[in-house]
Amino acid sequence: MRLEVEITGKTFKNAAGGTQDVLAPIKFSLGGGEVGVLIGPSGCGKSTMLRIILGLDPDFQGTVARPPNARIGMVFQEPRLLPWRSVEQNVRLAAPAVSDAKLSELFKILELEAHRSHYPGELSLGLARRVALARAFAVEPDILVLDEPLASLDDALAGRLRDEIATLVASRPVMTLLVTHSLDDAVRLGDRLFFLSPRPARIVAEVPIGIPRDTRGEAEIAAIKASLAQRTQGDRAERDVS
Amino acid sequence: MLRLLSFSLFLATWWIAALFVGGAKLPSPPAVLSVIIAEASSGALFLHLGATLARVALAFVLAMSLGSAIGYLMGRVKLADRLGDPWLILLLNLPALVVIVLAYIWAGLTEAAAIAAIAINKLPTAIVTLREGTRALDRSLDEMATVFAMPRWRAFRHVVLPQLAPYIAASARSGLSLVWKIVLVAELLGRPNGVGFEIGVAFQLFDTPRLLAYSLTFAAVVLVIETALVQPFEARATRWRPRAA
Repeated sequence: MRLEVEITGKTFKNAAGGTQDVLAPIKFSLGGGEVGVLIGPSGCGKSTMLRIILGLDPDFQGTVARPPNARIGMVFQEPRLLPWRSVEQNVRLAAPAVSDAKLSELFKILELEAHRSHYPGELSLGLARRVALARAFAVEPDILVLDEPLASLDDALAGRLRDEIATLVASRPVMTLLVTHSLDDAVRLGDRLFFLSPRPARIVAEVPIGIPRDTRGEAEIAAIKASLAQRTQGDRAERDVS
Repeated sequence: MLRLLSFSLFLATWWIAALFVGGAKLPSPPAVLSVIIAEASSGALFLHLGATLARVALAFVLAMSLGSAIGYLMGRVKLADRLGDPWLILLLNLPALVVIVLAYIWAGLTEAAAIAAIAINKLPTAIVTLREGTRALDRSLDEMATVFAMPRWRAFRHVVLPQLAPYIAASARSGLSLVWKIVLVAELLGRPNGVGFEIGVAFQLFDTPRLLAYSLTFAAVVLVIETALVQPFEARATRWRPRAA
């Protein structure tokens, strides 16, 4: 089971009638149990790429091969919960097959037990993001897509949620695609990092992380980050010279 | 309590006005009440009210379901919107009287003609409201439903319908008031029973107490239906919204 992405281009027609390239040729693939991380500047076309990979946007050049009947779990940038359904209903509507035990376990991990019958309007953003995570995990996805799931949360909460994501990803073989701005999140969660250029986005560097996620200590993480920082600075220096 | 106060103020104003104007033009509340009681005990009141209510119910249900379906279609499908729009504008601006008279001429003075004419008058407003509601649907929630592979019916019921509920409630509210008004005209022009027919008779005889007796009972029924059916539905449809301070 692999997710094969080979996009050869994507253009938008702007209001003036001209065209605008959003994506340059992009090619990568992900295997089961692997966490791929897309890192790139704001507005580089990450969300466009995700929409294509999820099958929401058929208007592009290239191919995206998802495993047949792959279940998709998605955490959107904004939680996208149904405001008129309770937390539990929101999860159950996306994942009708989820068992009571599994649901209780998820709510326990994400500390949502007290909020089961609350409506999304009564939740803070951090809680709503956790509900979105619970929903994505409850479908027991084959492909898990996380679009900046920790953006605009304070460091402590982001750290806890990141650990929870790591726990959940480790609990089943799922192809995970994480989009983030944060190098820290990328290094802590990812198996392979894809660095994207500004628009039109292309992959400028693919960095595998050799150390398994659960044995990555603070020292290793700092070392990886340092070497990555060197690299990106080197890139920048090169560009400045040229 | 406040409602009661406002109602008694209305009664008092009416009574005082009746004293000034005189019983022939504006009968006092007790005079009207005695007519209501007389009509009720003979059974005529209930017969006519029942006939009117049945027409309202049929025309309302017909127009709401058809109008909601067409409105949703026009909101979703651009081609349907383009094709339907000129008809919609025509229907919206067609006077109720024209529709009723034409219906009676073409389909005869029948029950079907009356109900169809009433429904056609309400139809375009239902379409317009639901079309706006459909246009305002949140695409991001649609995408969510697609990504999570929700079956169509489940997505419609839990994602789309709750977003349309306020529009359906608004359309029901405004539509019902429109139907209440038009049903009497349709009855006046071509039906042998109903509140509209009775008011027509009262008009020909210049029988003001009778006229008021029927219109006020009718108004009372409208008020009861509004508070007992329409408002609870609205409250239920919007219960997830944070309460206004």
